[in-house]
Amino acid sequence: MANKNAIIEVKNLTKVFDNKVKAVDDISFNINYGEIFGFLGPNGAGKSTTINMLTTLFPPTSGTAMVCGYNISKEPMEVRKSIGTVPQDYTSDSDMTGQEYIIFCADLYGIPRNIAVPRAAELLKLVSLQDVAKNKIDSYSGGMRRRFELACGLINRPKLLFLDEPTLGLDVQTRTAVWSYITKLKKEYSMTIFLTTHYLEEVDALCDRVAIIDHGKIVKMGTPKELKAGLGGDIIEIGIKETSINISDRILKIKNVKDVKRSGGEYRIKAKNGEELAPKIIDLILKNKYHITKIFLTKPTMDEVYLEYTGKSIRNEQSDKDAQFRQLHTIRTARM
Amino acid sequence: MPDKIKTNYNKALEAERAAEYEALNNPLHGIWTIANRELKKWYRVPLLLIMTLIQPIIWLGLFGKAANFGSLFSGASFNIPGVNIPASVLNNLGNTLLTNTFGTTSYFSFLSVGMLVFVIVFAAMFSGMSIVWDRRLGYLNKILSAPIPRGSIVVGKVLSGVVRSLAQAAIVLIVAVVLGMDTSYINPVSLLVAFAAMFLLALSLSSLFTMLALRSKDWQTQMTIMNLLNLPLIFASNALFPTKIMPSWMQTIVAINPISYAVDAGRQALLGIAGANPLWFDFLYLTVFSIIMVAVGMILSLRYLSK
Repeated sequence: MANKNAIIEVKNLTKVFDNKVKAVDDISFNINYGEIFGFLGPNGAGKSTTINMLTTLFPPTSGTAMVCGYNISKEPMEVRKSIGTVPQDYTSDSDMTGQEYIIFCADLYGIPRNIAVPRAAELLKLVSLQDVAKNKIDSYSGGMRRRFELACGLINRPKLLFLDEPTLGLDVQTRTAVWSYITKLKKEYSMTIFLTTHYLEEVDALCDRVAIIDHGKIVKMGTPKELKAGLGGDIIEIGIKETSINISDRILKIKNVKDVKRSGGEYRIKAKNGEELAPKIIDLILKNKYHITKIFLTKPTMDEVYLEYTGKSIRNEQSDKDAQFRQLHTIRTARM
Repeated sequence: MPDKIKTNYNKALEAERAAEYEALNNPLHGIWTIANRELKKWYRVPLLLIMTLIQPIIWLGLFGKAANFGSLFSGASFNIPGVNIPASVLNNLGNTLLTNTFGTTSYFSFLSVGMLVFVIVFAAMFSGMSIVWDRRLGYLNKILSAPIPRGSIVVGKVLSGVVRSLAQAAIVLIVAVVLGMDTSYINPVSLLVAFAAMFLLALSLSSLFTMLALRSKDWQTQMTIMNLLNLPLIFASNALFPTKIMPSWMQTIVAINPISYAVDAGRQALLGIAGANPLWFDFLYLTVFSIIMVAVGMILSLRYLSK
C-alpha cells in the first residue's frame, strides 16, 4: 500500500450511469487517519455517487478505492464491517422505540446482545438520549432524531464514519450541538470522519481538510485556511475626507499589501493578514493628519471559496423522484 | 484519552470485534433481522391487520353465505307442479348435484378454501410494498451499507411476506370454521398439507412482487399492477367456482394459473374433495412454479441492488 497514513485511498474512481452520464470522472485523493474531511459540491456534482461507491452501495465503473485497508470492489463486506454511515435521510423506524431500533442496527452488524446492549446504552448517553431510549422515535424532535441517527451509525464502533449532511434542516442551536458531538467523537474515539454538507460555516468549524467536487471532478482540495488564503487575501475598505489627495502609492509600500484601488477618497485594499495591516494603514493616514471617514475589513469565507471554484450558476437538479422525496422528508422531520 | 486507557480500550475493542465478526460468518446472518423488522411493523398495528382481513371475511360472510346453492335444490324450495316428487328425493338430488359440482354439499366450505388462498395472493402481493417505502425513506441504503449479503436482504423481505400471508390465512381459516366450514377432515396432517401448498404459493408470489417493487419507479405503479392482477387471477382460478362449470377457454387459463393448484391441494386436504389433479401433481406444479419465481425474483433483485 502506498500510504499507510491513509484510511481512504481513492484512485481514478469513475462512475458512468447508463453508459452515458459520467457522474464521477476519474478522481483520486487520500484521507488520513483521524481527519475530519469535508466533501463539498453543488447538487449533482458527484458527491453522493462518490460516497455511495465508498460505502459500497454500488461498484465503480472503473478505478478503485481502499477504505480501511480493504478494496471496495473486491472486499465490500470487509469495508461495510469497518465503516459507519449516517445517511442524510432519517432512516430509523419512527414506530419503534429508540432502544429497539439501535438494537436492530446492532443485529444488522451481527453484534451479540451481551455486547450490543451496554454499547447502545453508552452511545445513547454519548448523544444525551439515555432518558428517552424507551420512547417511540416519532416523539423525538429533529435534533434528537439526528443525534439518534448518529448513535446508530456508531453501533459497530467504526474506524471511519460517513456523515451525509448531518445538520440538514436543523436550527442554529441544534446544529451547534450536533457539531459538538461530532468533535467529541473525533476526540474520544479517534475516529476519522468523512462529512458532506451544504453549510459552509460547518466546514470552517469542523473540517481539517476539504475537497470541492464539481462536474464529477475534484476542483480544489486543502485545509479551509489554505483555500481561503488561496483567494488572494482579505479586503480592507477605507475612506478619507481628503478626496483630492491620492495616497495609493504610499499604501502600496506597506508590507503585505497586494493591490490598491482608489475611487475618490475611498480605497479598496487587497492584502494578506488584513487585521494586522489595518492598524498600519490607519497609522499612515493619521501621521499625515488626514481624517478617516470609514473602515471596513472583510476576510474571505468558505462561501467565497466555494463560489470561486464552482461558479455562481444555479444547477439544474437531476435527481430522481425518490431522492427528492427523501430530501423533503428529511427537512420536514428535522423541523419537527 | 491517556495512552494506557487507550490501549486497554483498543484491546477490548478488538475482542468485541472478533465476537461480532463471528456472527457475520453465518451465511444466514441478517435474514431474520430484516424479516423480523417487517413483521414487527405489521403485528404492532392490529388495526391494519384487521383492515386487511375485512375484505376476505366479507367475501366469506356475505358472498359465501348468500351463495347458498344448497337451498336451490332442497325439497322445501322447489318442486315440479303435478309431479309430486317426495322432498327426500329432491334433497337427495340436490345433494348429488352439489357434490358433483363442488365436491361437497357445502358451498361455504368450498369457498372457504378459495378464500384462504385469496388471502395468500393478496398478502403476498403486498409484500413488495414495504421495499418501495424503504427506498423512498432511504432505509434501503442503510441496510445496503450494513454487512449483510444482498441476497439475505431479499430473502428477509420475501420471508416476512410469506409469514404474513400464512398468518392471515390461518386467521381466515379460524373465521371460516366459526362461520360454519365443514371441519370433519381438518386434522394436523391435513392442515400441514394445505399450509405447505399455500407456503409454496406465497413464496413464489412474494419473490415475484418483491422484485417488481424493487424495480418499479413508484408505489402508484406497484399498486396499479396489484389491483390489475389480483381479481382476474382469482376469477380465472378455481377459488370461487369449480373449473368444470367454466367455458373451455377459461378452463385453459385455470389450468395454467398456479392459484388453482394451491386451492386444489387445499380442498383435497381440508375438505377431502377429490381434486382436479392428484395431490402430488399439485405440489409438483407449485414447487416448479416457486423455484422459477424465486430464481427469477432473486436474480433480478440482486442485479438491481448491486447496480
